Amino acid sequence: MRKLISIIISTTLTMLLVGGSAWAAKPSVGFIYVGPVGDGGWTHAHDLGRKALEEAGHKTYFVESVPEGSSEGQILKIARKSDIIFTTSFGFMDPTLKVSKKFPDKVFLHCSGFKQSKNMGNYFGRMYQAKYLAAIIAGGMSKKGRIGIVGSQPIPEIIRHINAITLGAQQSNPNIEVEVLWINSWFDPAKESDAAQALIDNGADVIVTMADSPATVQTSKKNGVYAIGNDTDMAIYGKEAHLTAAVWNWDVYYLAAVKAVENGTWKSSADWWGLDSGIVGLTSFHPDVPQSLIVQMNREKGRILSGTMDVFDHGFTKRDGTRVTKALNDGEMLGMMYYVKGIISKIPSG
Amino acid sequence: MEFFIQILIAAVAMGTPLLFATLGGVISERAGVINLGMEGLMLVGALVAFVVMLYTGNYFYAVAAAAFASGIVSMIHGVVCLMLRASQIASGLALTFFGTGLSGLFGDKLMGETVEPLSRIPIPGLHTIPVLGPVLFNQDVIVYFSYLCVALSWWLLFKTRIGLNIRSIGEAPEVCDSLGLSVLSYRFFAVVGGGMLIGIGGAYFPLALTPFWVDGITAGRGWIAVALVIFAFWDPLKALGGAYLFGLALALELRLQILGIDMSPYFLKMLPYVLTILVLTLVTIRNNRRGIQVMPAALGKVFFRGEKH
Repeated sequence: MRKLISIIISTTLTMLLVGGSAWAAKPSVGFIYVGPVGDGGWTHAHDLGRKALEEAGHKTYFVESVPEGSSEGQILKIARKSDIIFTTSFGFMDPTLKVSKKFPDKVFLHCSGFKQSKNMGNYFGRMYQAKYLAAIIAGGMSKKGRIGIVGSQPIPEIIRHINAITLGAQQSNPNIEVEVLWINSWFDPAKESDAAQALIDNGADVIVTMADSPATVQTSKKNGVYAIGNDTDMAIYGKEAHLTAAVWNWDVYYLAAVKAVENGTWKSSADWWGLDSGIVGLTSFHPDVPQSLIVQMNREKGRILSGTMDVFDHGFTKRDGTRVTKALNDGEMLGMMYYVKGIISKIPSG
Repeated sequence: MEFFIQILIAAVAMGTPLLFATLGGVISERAGVINLGMEGLMLVGALVAFVVMLYTGNYFYAVAAAAFASGIVSMIHGVVCLMLRASQIASGLALTFFGTGLSGLFGDKLMGETVEPLSRIPIPGLHTIPVLGPVLFNQDVIVYFSYLCVALSWWLLFKTRIGLNIRSIGEAPEVCDSLGLSVLSYRFFAVVGGGMLIGIGGAYFPLALTPFWVDGITAGRGWIAVALVIFAFWDPLKALGGAYLFGLALALELRLQILGIDMSPYFLKMLPYVLTILVLTLVTIRNNRRGIQVMPAALGKVFFRGEKH
């Protein structure tokens, strides 16, 4: 009996955290998040997109902190009560595909992956373009000529971003050195902070983070160096350090995708939206950033927006010295597993 | 040399929250109660410490409030698994979910707030000792407090009558009961006292390591502490070594990359857990040969007063 009571207590506590309620007339939308909505980074950015859908009159559901390895049950649960399901981390790809087959009349959209089916599509933004622009500022603001990058998980997406940052920083400082430390996690504030500290101790004076929390911005402030925020505006955590942030504006995509489903015009596809759509962008600049640097950044931004240039389409040198002369296609960018020249760290062999 | 010292300083910083949580776990488990709710308790401690720090600007109040709040939340564990005699495992896991959810719920409004992190205060005389000085005696007050807690909990467990009673209750509660000791009160206070230390471990995150609030700020350190309690063989002094060793593993993962030493990140990440299994296996084999039992014999077992088994 007492065991029973304890089991009831435990389950109730768990249920309280999950929550949920009734149906609505407009298509309802469900979200699967890899981190907590209050992470101040990646998941927070997606959740701002979800809130935009709520404002547009859609009933929304979400589950946060879903482990990538065991997400199928949660996706199933959300799929039962939603018409459109967004799964917002790379590791959710296969489980999403599996669940999508059980609900052929519902639409599944997976962020950052590549597998599709009749009712499952992919979406992502060309964040590397925003990172490239932010790095022009970073390179110009580094007095020691050294940028430290706190890497999250060593996958092609993040390596692409690190390369874009290096190429961007070289625009404003051709001799810039980039050091990368991998924390091998998406979210671990204490470790992110320690990594930033180690990079600063080793000579970096601008820190760029790929991880989800604002810990690096705070550590940079403490050390009197600059930082670039990741995914959401992190200036509130240390405006003295925060040069700018390359951010996601997921509402742009979510509103459009849900509208398409509502109007019956949606078709399964792989959407990779660029800077021109507004899905990625930069936040306002630190007062220390000189106007000349902003002008230089805007010139590159104009070239990307007009389509005359993209980050990886006009040749670059790899870290090992080999020269890439032709423009990379999307597939090559999505599978990028090498560093460009200018990065002093070695790529992890994992 | 400078680089080497920086690694050790980082190891102590990363090890301190683990140390508090491990000490809390040691006290609770010495009395025979497993606490798998450490991650939840740390998060409650972290949130409360941050909020109190934000509104009062006083580190002492922040730490005290964190200990108090985690103590209150661990009472749930005490009531459910001691008085209601439910499974300690289930109750502990529920506590983790509860603490995670509770801190997320109340932390929602705190995004973007920051506090001033604790500054380092060198101890006169001691901080000039080569290597040990900068590593151990040029730290913040919570780190110094952790040394005190190690000494106090060791003294309490092994040098006092109360400690003897706690350890006996963890080994043979029926015998202690027949001797007139209140098994449930001792266990209850061990769980709550342990919970308070675990909460202080959580408080170290927003007060020193990462002076802001984000959901899940402890990022799984509570689970490492669960393993550390076993790794330390339920001994506060070994907890000190264990916590710093695990802190070193966390700090090394980053510094090895700076040195250009290519090691699989997966290997480094599993290192603490592999170490735990390895040490546990080796020491258990040795102890079995000598006929020594290190784990509290009644650990995790439900105590029924006056009933036969």
